[in-house]
Amino acid sequence: MALKMVKGSIDRMFDKNLQDLVRGIRNHKEDEAKYISTCIDEIKQELKQDNIAVKANAVCKLTYLQMLGYDVSWAAFNIVEVMSSSKFTYKRIGYLAASQCFHEGTDVIMLTTNQIRKDLSSPNQYDTGVALTGLSCFVTPDLARDLANDIMTLMSHTKPFIRKKAVLIMYKVFLKYPESLRPAFPRLKEKLEDPDPGVQSAAVNVICELARRNPKNYLSLAPLFFKLMTSSTNNWVLIKIIKLFGALTPLEPRLGKKLIEPLTNLIHRLHKHLSVFAVLISLSSGMPNHSASIQCLACVLVKYLGLLAMSKILKTHPKSVQSHKDLILQCLDDKDESIRLRALDLLYGMVSKKNLMEIVKKLMLHMDKAEGTTYRDELLTKIIDICSQSNYQYITNFEWYISILVELTRLEGTRHGHLIASQMLDVAIRVKAIRGFAVAQMAMLLDNAHMLTGNTQRNGICEVLYAAAWICGEFSEHLKDPLQTLEAMLRPKVATLPGHIQAVYVQNVAKLFATVLRGQEGVPDRQVAQETSQLLIDRLPLFVQSANLEVQERASCILQLVKYVQKLQQKEVQVAEEVTALFAGELNPVAPKAQKKVPVPEGLDLDAWINEPPSESESEDEKPKAVFAQEEQRPTRPRHPEVDEKELARRREARKQEQANNPFYIKASPSSQKVYAETPGVEHIPVVQIDLSVPLKVPGMPMSDQYVKLEEERRQREKAERKKKKEKKRRKDKCGRGHRAESGGESEEDITPAHTVDIVTEEMPENALPSDEDDKDPSDPHKALDIDLDKPLVDNEKLPVRAHRPPDALKSPVEGGEGEGVAQEPKKKSKKDKKEKEKRKSKERKASVCFCFACFGIILGFVIGRTRGAPVRPLAVPETSSFLVQSYDIQGNLQDGSQVVVSVIFENKSSSSSFLKCMEFNVLDSLNSKLQRPEGASPHEAVTIPFQLPPGVSNEARFVFSVQSIVMPQKLKGTLAFIVKDSSTHEKLDFKLHFTCTSYMITTPCYSDAFAKLLESGDLKASSVRLEGVSMPFHHLLARICFHHHFSVVERIDSCASMYSRSIQGHHVCLLVKTVSTVSIDAKCDEPSLLENVLQEIKQTFAKC
Amino acid sequence: MIKAILIFNNHGKPRLSKFYEHYTEDTEQQIIRETFHLVSKRDDNVCNFLEGGMLIGGSDNKLIYRHYATLYFVFCVDSSESELGILDLIQVFVETLDKCFENVCELDLIFHMDKVHNILSEMVMGGMVLETNMNEIITQVDAQNKMEKSEAGIAGAPARAVSAVKNMNLPEIPRNINIGDISIKVPNLPSFK
Repeated sequence: MALKMVKGSIDRMFDKNLQDLVRGIRNHKEDEAKYISTCIDEIKQELKQDNIAVKANAVCKLTYLQMLGYDVSWAAFNIVEVMSSSKFTYKRIGYLAASQCFHEGTDVIMLTTNQIRKDLSSPNQYDTGVALTGLSCFVTPDLARDLANDIMTLMSHTKPFIRKKAVLIMYKVFLKYPESLRPAFPRLKEKLEDPDPGVQSAAVNVICELARRNPKNYLSLAPLFFKLMTSSTNNWVLIKIIKLFGALTPLEPRLGKKLIEPLTNLIHRLHKHLSVFAVLISLSSGMPNHSASIQCLACVLVKYLGLLAMSKILKTHPKSVQSHKDLILQCLDDKDESIRLRALDLLYGMVSKKNLMEIVKKLMLHMDKAEGTTYRDELLTKIIDICSQSNYQYITNFEWYISILVELTRLEGTRHGHLIASQMLDVAIRVKAIRGFAVAQMAMLLDNAHMLTGNTQRNGICEVLYAAAWICGEFSEHLKDPLQTLEAMLRPKVATLPGHIQAVYVQNVAKLFATVLRGQEGVPDRQVAQETSQLLIDRLPLFVQSANLEVQERASCILQLVKYVQKLQQKEVQVAEEVTALFAGELNPVAPKAQKKVPVPEGLDLDAWINEPPSESESEDEKPKAVFAQEEQRPTRPRHPEVDEKELARRREARKQEQANNPFYIKASPSSQKVYAETPGVEHIPVVQIDLSVPLKVPGMPMSDQYVKLEEERRQREKAERKKKKEKKRRKDKCGRGHRAESGGESEEDITPAHTVDIVTEEMPENALPSDEDDKDPSDPHKALDIDLDKPLVDNEKLPVRAHRPPDALKSPVEGGEGEGVAQEPKKKSKKDKKEKEKRKSKERKASVCFCFACFGIILGFVIGRTRGAPVRPLAVPETSSFLVQSYDIQGNLQDGSQVVVSVIFENKSSSSSFLKCMEFNVLDSLNSKLQRPEGASPHEAVTIPFQLPPGVSNEARFVFSVQSIVMPQKLKGTLAFIVKDSSTHEKLDFKLHFTCTSYMITTPCYSDAFAKLLESGDLKASSVRLEGVSMPFHHLLARICFHHHFSVVERIDSCASMYSRSIQGHHVCLLVKTVSTVSIDAKCDEPSLLENVLQEIKQTFAKC
Repeated sequence: MIKAILIFNNHGKPRLSKFYEHYTEDTEQQIIRETFHLVSKRDDNVCNFLEGGMLIGGSDNKLIYRHYATLYFVFCVDSSESELGILDLIQVFVETLDKCFENVCELDLIFHMDKVHNILSEMVMGGMVLETNMNEIITQVDAQNKMEKSEAGIAGAPARAVSAVKNMNLPEIPRNINIGDISIKVPNLPSFK
């Protein structure tokens, strides 16, 4: 066996490990892909072997290849194999690989449930830790449901290391399995007050994440968080809590007032940090000119964060931010893109009727200067966002807006052509008064289409032509010269545009044609009309040949129509009216959600079958004849059942796409039926002279400026008029009012729009149901977590528990242990102890961690030099009246059964300013227990404590002791030597360390089935003890045993409980505690003397009370 | 929540990628490339925040990065994280790496990706910040490494020897020669605590 192992390891060392793989890849720079593919083949071979070490090595390499972008999901099963190895080394490799490449779709995840459960309850805390870390990356709803209870148990694990991980992973569990939130929440809340700062911060983290999405459910926690905020020194926790309050204050206005004071304190503290930070960054980025860069970096950071903060303030107090407009506009010039984008965001919220034009003008200027298309695109969308926000609320002059949009089309290489196009359409359709102007502008765009399509096809800006063509066609009655536009739209170059735009062109050519014909009506010379028809007949065949079906279809329709019209024209029939009738009627905008909001009429069941559903029994191998016959019988039978969900979704998507692209979808106008009427005579078609005196504007010219000027003049005028009126009015009531302060600037409301703009509201179906439900994304996982947490738990909400385990056995460690343990604790401490404890409370963690969680903990108990008497000299140092207090606790080392760690807290209690330094700690080693000294030190040398103690300060030092046998308690004598700085006197302090047998015990959770097996095994020796005169409630008794002696409750039935603990060397200790009239403890252990001592210690504990 | 943690060098070669949401391998590579593209064109003296937006879903996200010698450390986070906090976390991460590898340089990250992952897993778990105290992180990492070593025991010795020989023989580990792998300088300053 051993030989085999050695042989295996020798074989193994010539395998390629991760380092070799990396080295190999680096050596094969030219043919990397080829090299890697041979490596993958090797890995596949390695995975086939039985040796787990080889497999783990292969999986480790796969993890690296995964990072390089290679799909390794084929090895998922091997990863599970490695995960289930009993060795931590391999387990860790397996879990790492799993966390990198498992996801909800990985099917082998189902196989891992039991393995993970085993690891979670492993006695080795690092196995548990690794499992939790891995699970956090690939938890699925199934895993979450199955493991929620195990993880919840771990939340009260003795080790803070496990506790904080278990708390943190609960968030992931909640997301995947929302039902677990209510049962787990009370415990999560408890963890907010965990003595370990790591656990505390994890709990804060989780609750903040939860509260961010559904803050109202967490309002009741506000006082608790408030306490934490004022007491916590951990910056992480503070930041999180402040963020949480940010979400809570809008819901509870009273909170805001309360928060002011602590927040100001914090700001003072954080102020310092900011500068520290700036220094850190400048140094770490390794720049030579530190002093110069510090200044600028500080600015950069603060600027960014400042802008970020402003955008938050803006939401609540827009006025206060608006006064900083200039500053923000300045930030637009910053060379840092992040800052510019932030500033842009701010501008969005800052605009008003008054400053909109100015801001947009500035932005337009920036756009000219800006390099980098992303930023320019961002600017463009922002301009449009700013202008169109809340239904064009801030636009007073739509002519200006249209000209801005036209100017935007000059932007090269933008992706947002469609955005501009949709704005143009929207404004032209909804603002009736602007149509004349818009049409003129669009006609110009069409005329200069070559400038837009000029360089490249992929240029997104040509989308604008789509809008231009449609607007010109639809509102062609406003066109000054429809014929010219018609010609522009029929240029051969149009055929190079994208299909959907050509289609719109063709359709609108027909509309224009109708307008031209109507224009010519009554003009004696019929030549123009006939020429127009001829023009269409000449040019349209180009579109009939188009590869795009839509274009082709429309073109051929219209071509036929025009040919027919031409025939009629030759017969001199009046056609204009009929042709116009084709496009009569108004198109109204429809609200985007209108369709969804149509209420279902009463009595209509949409889910009901229209016909009888096909019977299930209708099997496929039926005679074809019958099938045909049936189909013939009901030809209207819906085909839907045959179409699968996906196909439906795809079709729906396609239809939506089509509707979006189709301006005609907006509404079926009642008069748009195609009417082919009798054609009247053509004699009276009028001929209009083309007026060429209209100045041709090149769209390259910025025109918006002139509108700005016009608008300003208008406003001035209006103001003056208003003033006049006011003046008059004032003159009238002068005697009554006396002086009234001149109004400083014109207020928002004073600015009236240039012309009464009728913004057509989007149409909604009649009696549509007003609801904002559809604003929420149903796929948002956080929606499921919107759960009322204050309601008491109902039975059926309890977490699922594995069936073969009695539920109360599972819960008992919590009930019997923690809750009462904490509650009990103060009573049984002597007054002096209490005092010490309070002093320590404000100090750093470790001591108190162990203290509060002692019921699961690993401490021996505090022995405070002075109070526990013993032959310890008084600690007072008379000369300086300095006062040294030490307290300690002893922890077993989990990895090493022969080591214990003693944490000693030293506190300098002197009232005057005496400084303690050069502290040396020494213990007289016994045969059994030895203090571990630094390497090279002689066996009796003292260990120097690496800190000094200013007055009133305490600090902790840890000493490792090696222990041979743990079956006997023992006492070690020691001395602490130190120098009092002021008087530079040497002082010495004697003390005793008491290693009880309980201090070697480690609280280990144990399930009742494992416990039963252990008792049945028969390897254990029994012993028992009776506790006389104990008159406390049974659960207090249990809590006390848990607390003082590191046991955990396995199961409790009435006044009888089984308890379990393990020593650092792996001895099992099982207790059966019963109360009838007296308390009796029956115990079993595989080491009789250890058991005897533990029982004695338990007896002592109860003798004291 | 942290959405992803990426480390890549000045040429965009990934040295570590940790995604806390699932993407296909191709998407991951694309994200790394795009992130590199965004981050690498920024000056060293502009701010460390970048609104990535389209990269990893939603405009709620931003990139917070720091550039050390040859390496970029990029965290993609959503709005629940504090910008300065994450910057500090990156610093803690790098300092921890520096402690664990003794003067960390890019080569360490190249050859010991697994170790870097192990260190990271003590700091960030499933996208949530687990621990920010460097000493605590190092204690846990060390304890786990110790366990690993004790498990390897005698059987591991020959393998270790061979790998040491391999490392010695190959002329390719020029820690001191500058081939673009300049060690990461960590300022010897108290961290933001």
